[in-house]
Amino acid sequence: MASILGSWGLTSPIYFPSPADIEYGNDCLLGLQRTHPGRIRGYCVVNPNFRAHAESEVQRCLDAGMIGIKLAASRRASDPLLDPICRIAATRGVPVLHHIWQHRQREYAGQEASDATELGQLAARHPKVNFLLAHIGGGGDWIYSLAAVRHLPNVFVDLSGSGVDGGMLDSCVEAVGVARLLWGCDLTIDTGWAKLRYLEHLLSAADLELVRWRNAARIFPPAAFSPD
Amino acid sequence: MRIDVNSFLGSYPWRRVPGTSPDALLRAMDRTAVDQAWVTHLPGIFWRDPAAGNPWLYETVQRHERLRPVPAVHPGLAGWERVLAEARDAGAPAVRCDPTYYGLDPVGPQMHAVVQACSSEGVPLMLSVRLEDARQRHPNDRAPELPPWAVRALVRSDPGVRLIITHADRPFIEEVHFGSTPEEASRIVWDICWIWGPPEDHLETLLRTVGVQRFVFGTGQPLRLPENSVAKLDLLDLTPEQRGAIESENALG
Repeated sequence: MASILGSWGLTSPIYFPSPADIEYGNDCLLGLQRTHPGRIRGYCVVNPNFRAHAESEVQRCLDAGMIGIKLAASRRASDPLLDPICRIAATRGVPVLHHIWQHRQREYAGQEASDATELGQLAARHPKVNFLLAHIGGGGDWIYSLAAVRHLPNVFVDLSGSGVDGGMLDSCVEAVGVARLLWGCDLTIDTGWAKLRYLEHLLSAADLELVRWRNAARIFPPAAFSPD
Repeated sequence: MRIDVNSFLGSYPWRRVPGTSPDALLRAMDRTAVDQAWVTHLPGIFWRDPAAGNPWLYETVQRHERLRPVPAVHPGLAGWERVLAEARDAGAPAVRCDPTYYGLDPVGPQMHAVVQACSSEGVPLMLSVRLEDARQRHPNDRAPELPPWAVRALVRSDPGVRLIITHADRPFIEEVHFGSTPEEASRIVWDICWIWGPPEDHLETLLRTVGVQRFVFGTGQPLRLPENSVAKLDLLDLTPEQRGAIESENALG
């Protein structure tokens, strides 16, 4: 499952994409999804600062077959501007993947990054929406993030990112349980593959299946994956 | 044969890390088909006298033939030359000195002294750039990362010294490699644990531009999953000869 963040910085910033670039990126992804219907599924990317555009773009992309919403770092996760998008997610039955800086302790240029406590506030306001805390291995204090979402049943932890810390996956299992873990790679497939190999030893076969795909099949729309 | 030149035994002071015992390390080696691991006593890195962990290390590796010791040497403490001689006598494949963790100037006279001594003894000197991602370190874990200019300065300071640098990323390696003469660069090997693998092109590019001969297999376990270093090699199109060089021959050479 993939997303394209606007023009990837070509004509507007990666994390603050213009409406035109958002449509361009989403159209590219829809094209990929059509070309590879058995292998690629899309998250619709929007910039919540352009409220009307964000709402219409989510509806357009979901109508066209995308299966989730990707919110990156255009606006803090706890901001009320995200509420209308989450209401659409609830109505359409799709999850929201949110880019998270694992324990943001200062501002960073180029993005309005969120951390797990802010995602937790959003998740508490929208208990019927499933949220994916993005890339627990993406850098930062994942121990802080796990503590922040441990008791939020509608927040799932995505295991992707370049970080392959010993103990991180064990702590994820301990904090949220295998039923709220989702396997992923992000930019580095080698680290995603390494984590999967480690999980093969850490988990039972049944639990491994949950992390590999069954948890995802449960929270994405029923038609998102082929029945086999 | 697969040799992990970069692994640790013992607890880490800044967070809970599973798998720090010798038996756990051996199980992880079995899991990832690592035949031999070069190990350092991890808690010692944070002690005022890091070499105080060496006796336990020697005793432990004597019980496990797949483990080889990489003892710590602190050139700011009197008698450090004896630590080096002891390492040589024990057949250690390298000694390690992590100056920023010890509170030493990485390009100061004490580091130059240990470089010269390692050169004289014919023992490679291992230094780590970091142990954890700076973005997640404990608020009181403030040791600076080893800077690339320190590696350039140290390799220049003695024509016979051989360095093993662990936990370096692509920009660091490129800065040192292309900021050194070919002769200087030929005396440094880099472990692959912190280099991004496919589909990012970091490791693939470095193997092409810096050379396969300059890289050794390392994992940083148990602080890092050893599966990652295996996975990044599996994802590259390497010949058996290239893979053999990285996984064992360059370390033994």
